[in-house]
Amino acid sequence: MLSIKNLHASVEDKEILKGLNLEVKAGEVHAIMGPNGAGKSSLASVLAGRENYEVTEGTVTLDGKDILELAPEDRAREGVFLAFQYPIEIPGVSNINFLKTAMNEIRTYRGEAPLTAKEFLQRSREKQELVEFDAKLVNRSLNEGFSGGEKKRNEIFQLAMLEPKLAILDETDSGLDIDALRIVSRGVNKLRGGNNAFILITHYQRLLDYIVPDFVHVLADGKIIKTGGKELALELEEKGYDWLTKN
Amino acid sequence: MMTKQLESPLFESLASQYDMLILQNQDSTKTYRTEAMEAFRKLGFPSVKNEEWRFTNILPVVKTNYELPATTTVDAEQINKAQELISNTYSKLFAEDEVYRLVLINGVFVTSLSRLPEQQGVHLCEIKEATEQAAFQEHFGKILNIKDNAFAALNSAMYQDGVFISVEQNVIVEKPIHIIKVILAEQAMMQQSRDLFVVGKSAALNVVESYLTDIAQPVFLNAAAEVVLAENATFNHYDIQKSDANLRIIQRTEAAQKKHSNYSNYTFTLPGASFVRNNLALHLNDDEVQSHLYGLYLTADSQLVDNHTEVHHKMPRGESNQLYKGIVMDKSKAVFNGKIFVYEDAQKTNAFQQSNNVLFSEQATVNAKPQLEIFADDVKCSHGTTIGQLNKEALFYLKSRGIGETQAKQLMVKAFAFDVAEKIQIPALRSYVEGLIETEMESR
Repeated sequence: MLSIKNLHASVEDKEILKGLNLEVKAGEVHAIMGPNGAGKSSLASVLAGRENYEVTEGTVTLDGKDILELAPEDRAREGVFLAFQYPIEIPGVSNINFLKTAMNEIRTYRGEAPLTAKEFLQRSREKQELVEFDAKLVNRSLNEGFSGGEKKRNEIFQLAMLEPKLAILDETDSGLDIDALRIVSRGVNKLRGGNNAFILITHYQRLLDYIVPDFVHVLADGKIIKTGGKELALELEEKGYDWLTKN
Repeated sequence: MMTKQLESPLFESLASQYDMLILQNQDSTKTYRTEAMEAFRKLGFPSVKNEEWRFTNILPVVKTNYELPATTTVDAEQINKAQELISNTYSKLFAEDEVYRLVLINGVFVTSLSRLPEQQGVHLCEIKEATEQAAFQEHFGKILNIKDNAFAALNSAMYQDGVFISVEQNVIVEKPIHIIKVILAEQAMMQQSRDLFVVGKSAALNVVESYLTDIAQPVFLNAAAEVVLAENATFNHYDIQKSDANLRIIQRTEAAQKKHSNYSNYTFTLPGASFVRNNLALHLNDDEVQSHLYGLYLTADSQLVDNHTEVHHKMPRGESNQLYKGIVMDKSKAVFNGKIFVYEDAQKTNAFQQSNNVLFSEQATVNAKPQLEIFADDVKCSHGTTIGQLNKEALFYLKSRGIGETQAKQLMVKAFAFDVAEKIQIPALRSYVEGLIETEMESR
């Protein structure tokens, strides 16, 4: 599915990613942990195509297709989804219209017919239920006046609607209370399947109690310096990162 | 002084036209017209050296040789044309029984196309027929500041037609009155219309003004309106400016408000008219007056749209609330100049002003200038002006969900504009205006 090879990227001439390698296969959940400033969120931004990141070296392919050449919207249409660490409030753009526009643009790109209003509503209802997203929020302006937890849950709702191949959750757990964390995790677990993959970027092992990863990677100074199973997260929680970065 | 004036042959032809007109004038407006003409001669056409016209060069407007119609009549062919324009444009706006309708062709009332209120206490007629009405005699010419405004002075000297509406006290005009100004011209033409709206004590009125044009040559509309709100009166006044590139509009609306009255002005300008200068001046002459000024300009091509507002807080506990938003596209230019004056007696005033502009193209220009002059010491006033591009983070967010650049921009512009459009209190008009914005954005 996703193959990242020797990825170097910089922001304003400052190198952030320094030769990162990662292989993610369909059906897998990868957690990326690491100290502040290691480049975790930068990796998410580079994959989604945020403008101010410049890739200087390396390749990223999704099912064999080079995605670095694509505009952000085309990456999304190819199946990349980024759940934002700080979802943006866009007053005046209704959540539901936004999703409908997004879905239909993605479908058109894939050569599928747009959903009818009825099909769309039905799907929206199903997914709301699946990820426990409040119907009242669906009709509001996009994230406007939503609490932190509601915003994160809206990201998961969008994820459920758009059904991407690869979902990158950028610190979706930070700032969530335990109930919201449970709801978000339940949503993600329901969406896990043999055809999709998840990258969870997180500071805290706690999230991984709810969404159990297949692999845990430690990202430090722009590179993955250690990879292990879910037990690595517990070890990191206990020992911190110093034992890995000091040598 | 002279450098602040523009030389134009139009000035001379207007002056000689005026001499003819004043000779024929028989009614009570003669003295007023004479004074106004003196003021106009003194002021002349303002050049860009005049602070009020710094960003708006009127030279292209006044250098045209307009025909100045001496008498106006309407023939059957024009009525048919107007009818066709109306049904093509407004069939989706209002249902027949939702509004009253007043149709003017080149300033002349066309009763056969109109549906006027027959309610007791509502007086509606051509302005030249109104000279004997008490409300006319009490208010006409008393509100408009012609001393400092050349075009208002010119209008006062030479207006030939316009609308007079007076609503007696306690009368609620149930449906909005839609004033459709149809302009049909084969030649370049200058038209000056003058309106007077008087809303009596505890009375309520809703007026929607709009333009329909079929013009092959430039038409210059120099309009002025006086608005009077008696104690506790309510007036929602909508102006939907969507028309032809050949249309040039300069207008001044000036309102005087009494205690507890509430005046809301909605000025929405869409792509079309190549030159628009709206002057809106409100006088909060009494205690506890409320005023709302909502503006939206969506400009395109090489349009110039200039909104100048003045809010005069003269007495205590007044509240004014101003929101103007602009989306400036292509090579168009927008000007916003908003002044708030809080006079010495106007303690406990609340005055807010917000002007937000989005530059939608590299060649678009916005000049925005908020001005506050406060002479009272216990007031709440604020103003904010922004000129910017669309929020890049928000654009990225939309794109990251698979929405293309163009669609994403359209979504955001609509959201930006709908913020003002949602202030429209007539649901049919609101969805009509939202539809206009949507169509404009989608065609780009």
